Amino acid sequence: MSADNLSDQNVSGYDLAIIGAGAAGMGAAIEAAGAGLSVIVLDEQAEPGGQAHRAIGSRAADMRLIGADERDGLSLARAFSSCGAVHQPGTHVWQIEHDSSSGGFFVFAALGGRTKRIGAKRLLVATGAIERPVPIKGWTLPGVMTVGAAQIMLKTGGNVPDGRIVIAGNGPLTLLYATQLLKAGIRPAAILDTTPAGQVKRALRHVPGSLRGWRHVLQGLGFMRVIRAAGIPVIRGVSDIEATGRGQVAGVRYTTRRGSAELAADHVLLHEGVVPHTHITMALGADHVWHDGQASWRPAVNADGETTIAGLSVAGDCAGIGGWRIAECDGRLAGLNAAKALGRSANPRRLAELLDRRRPHAAIRPLLDAVYQPRQSLLAPADDVVVCRCEEKTAADIRAAIDAGCLGPNQVKSFIRCGMGPCQGRACLATLTTLIAAHRGLSPASVGHLRIRPPLKPITLGELASLSDEPAQQQD
Amino acid sequence: MFRKLPDAKARATVTVFVQGREVLVGHGDSAATAALLSGVTHTRTTPISGEARAPYCMMGTCFECLMVIDGVQSQQGCLVPVHEGMRIELQDGRADFMLDVQA
Repeated sequence: MSADNLSDQNVSGYDLAIIGAGAAGMGAAIEAAGAGLSVIVLDEQAEPGGQAHRAIGSRAADMRLIGADERDGLSLARAFSSCGAVHQPGTHVWQIEHDSSSGGFFVFAALGGRTKRIGAKRLLVATGAIERPVPIKGWTLPGVMTVGAAQIMLKTGGNVPDGRIVIAGNGPLTLLYATQLLKAGIRPAAILDTTPAGQVKRALRHVPGSLRGWRHVLQGLGFMRVIRAAGIPVIRGVSDIEATGRGQVAGVRYTTRRGSAELAADHVLLHEGVVPHTHITMALGADHVWHDGQASWRPAVNADGETTIAGLSVAGDCAGIGGWRIAECDGRLAGLNAAKALGRSANPRRLAELLDRRRPHAAIRPLLDAVYQPRQSLLAPADDVVVCRCEEKTAADIRAAIDAGCLGPNQVKSFIRCGMGPCQGRACLATLTTLIAAHRGLSPASVGHLRIRPPLKPITLGELASLSDEPAQQQD
Repeated sequence: MFRKLPDAKARATVTVFVQGREVLVGHGDSAATAALLSGVTHTRTTPISGEARAPYCMMGTCFECLMVIDGVQSQQGCLVPVHEGMRIELQDGRADFMLDVQA
């Protein structure tokens, strides 16, 4: 549907604008375009695929993809590329306006040094997940990265860390990445498992869905077998970690029931699960709820996936962590719902098919959530731990602000600039909420979250100036 | 800090310059990846304390990879795909407003 008109300064009148070309965004575009809607998909990355299928197209061109996950991801990306939706990669959304009179949206995005204003009747945010912040002492040292970051470097260019690699955490990526390194002939120095003692057993015994979760448990055991066979030390029951060094990471100090120990390290890769990337939905002022099971915020939605802002829907991990297969199903459902909202009839069999497809993945979610529950020291770090990386504010700074009278995240932000740096709270707002909650003896839900203000991404004056003030031109 | 696996190294045909040093990278690499491949220990120093920082998330959410790319400051290096001849420099402290104005 319509050629990609990059020369237009202002592009108007799409039925549906989708932010994010991951599994959910791709699924939504396929169904919405299939139902006859005009669809535009804006994405920051150069290729579709989100994070789960990062660079899947390029990788398929260079090498054979292995496993059902990769093959299915490639099929999805290919179906997306040919579905008729306009795809704009390398595009950074910095502002969204809700036109309350028409009910539509204007999305302001920067690409190639210019800005465009894109009008759409409906907006679907499918911005996926981000790594849960891991505020430990020394996490700002060069050489300390997320496991996801290292995985991205591996997927996008066959890049691997040099020297002694320590992987530390509790989440789906730690063992997976360790086995990917081993497959590439790289031996991590050690794996520090920060799963609280007894957490897995408790989860398996008490959480519904654990029977269906055996496949995931078996997959995890399979990874462990490979790791053990390679002789990589796996240290369990790690309750605290600290990255040490000056100017760059040199080691990692860790604590178990048996006491403290230290390992030399050139890279410390952290992973404590992922949380919804709610930046855009928070900036738009949609209501958000705190989810105890996943210890994170998510947009409040109705049965059709619509937020408290009419016309604004969410799908995929940004609405609640479920993994890419659920994200694809929910994206497809969102595409069909958008079509329905704009007067196209939905095929009830298609809806039922998608609900069936997502059911087994949803059934094991509570088990995974219970296994990956973050330890308390991450949610309320010790005084000397940096919480706001951008403004270099510690947990002690935040506690002092609370003691001085700041009741919530926005007051703390006004007082000490926590959350005012370039990342705008992406790396610290979760910790801010839980730290304030712990210090004040309240629930995270009642503490609330940071208000997010545009621009959502840095833009230059030149880019701002290139945006025309004139009304949007009609699209043929 | 990072290196390429052998088959990826064979496909690394794009030349970029990190702090003036020539580095061979692949088409799918970002400017931040190029910096990490070049051997620099950090990619910026913070405006607050001058502390050395390097990329943390590689997906556009941590903003640690703010670098000067082809003369333009405060670019998120992990979101900028490399091109032949790209100039990548560390960003020291706060972006210099006058630098952009004079460009």
